[in-house]
Amino acid sequence: MGKYRVVHYINQFFAGIGGEEKADYRPEVREEVVGPGMALNAGFKGEAEIVATIICGDSYFNENIEEAKAEILEMVKKYNPDLFIAGPAFNAGRYGVACGTITDAVQKELGIPALTAMYEENPGVDMFKKSIYIVATKNSAAGMRDAVSKMVPLALKLARGEEIGSPEEENYIARGIRKNFFTDKRGSERAVEMLIKKLKGEEFVTEYPMPDFDRVKPNPAVKDITKATIALVTSGGIVPKGNPDHIESSSASKYGKYDIEGFNNLTSEDHQTAHGGYDPVYANEDPDRVLPVDVLREMEREGKIGKLHRYYYATVGNGTAVKSAKAFAEKIGKELKEAGVDAVILTST
Amino acid sequence: MVKEIERAGLPVVHICTVVPISLTVGANRIVPAVAIPHPLGNPALSPEDEKALRRKLVEKALRALQTEVEDQTVFED
Repeated sequence: MGKYRVVHYINQFFAGIGGEEKADYRPEVREEVVGPGMALNAGFKGEAEIVATIICGDSYFNENIEEAKAEILEMVKKYNPDLFIAGPAFNAGRYGVACGTITDAVQKELGIPALTAMYEENPGVDMFKKSIYIVATKNSAAGMRDAVSKMVPLALKLARGEEIGSPEEENYIARGIRKNFFTDKRGSERAVEMLIKKLKGEEFVTEYPMPDFDRVKPNPAVKDITKATIALVTSGGIVPKGNPDHIESSSASKYGKYDIEGFNNLTSEDHQTAHGGYDPVYANEDPDRVLPVDVLREMEREGKIGKLHRYYYATVGNGTAVKSAKAFAEKIGKELKEAGVDAVILTST
Repeated sequence: MVKEIERAGLPVVHICTVVPISLTVGANRIVPAVAIPHPLGNPALSPEDEKALRRKLVEKALRALQTEVEDQTVFED
């Protein structure tokens, strides 16, 4: 029997084409093994082989999701593979969304077994974990070896059409699928055992985790915008020139609160971006492109809004832990509320 | 972040380019932006046209803040 044919999807960074300045790179196919494909191919030990690598810039994919998806599906179709692999994307948000979107599309629209891999906090996980196999990886490319060692066995099983075991056995992120199986202990016995463990304060594993729907209900609309104080918040990393608080370009551990009294407009003279996850050229040239101080000032003068709040808040949303972002925003929300702000415009890059 | 600020009791409008991410993180009022590196701008336009574009987006965001919503809503126009 021949080798299983694999098509691999990676972004511009892992293809060695470039960083953020090349993130608008359009889909391209190469009939060779590129970047992380090397390690995957080696892991297959001859049982499968990467016949083509599709490369696409993360910004291009995310700004043109439908077109990018269609273009890439056409490319995949041409090679008629037995398996499709995307990533690993680790904690790169746009890359994770791209990997999830295309893996889901290949599986659904082409009927080809597919998998991807990323860190559990990657937004691609929540979007696609129910429909596809996502191998859980570490949060940075330093975890490449670990990721590949988990992706290879699952990939081969999918290619062979073998039955896939539980998330724990196969190292993928739980999809919320319940499966019946026979066990030698009946339910009542297992329940009592679990209860005893719980009472003793010992560790126990639930057989049915409750789904976590953490949604916040929308607040009522602003009644009279011409009297309202509007505050600006951004995850796009706009900071005063020189980044006085040294907010990290990725995995930010803090946020900043900055006074914009007297600023009619943000310019390259006085503000910049600290964000390391997008091409900074445009934001540095004119920071209003991320934080629209100029327009809000204008509308404040025209009486279209009551007031632009004196301080804006900024952090860098680039591989930043969800826990950190949540903690920042709890404090920011509380301060804004206490300062009498009526509504918030939050901008993200 | 949008969700925690909303939880503090303030209506939030999220201006962002990748709407699926905004939906996933639980934003309630969403205004799609121009592009990832310049959500509220377009360097290909003249400064005047670019500012007009930004003003339109901000006006849309303010309209979103004045609109009662029951659920996650994307304000396309």
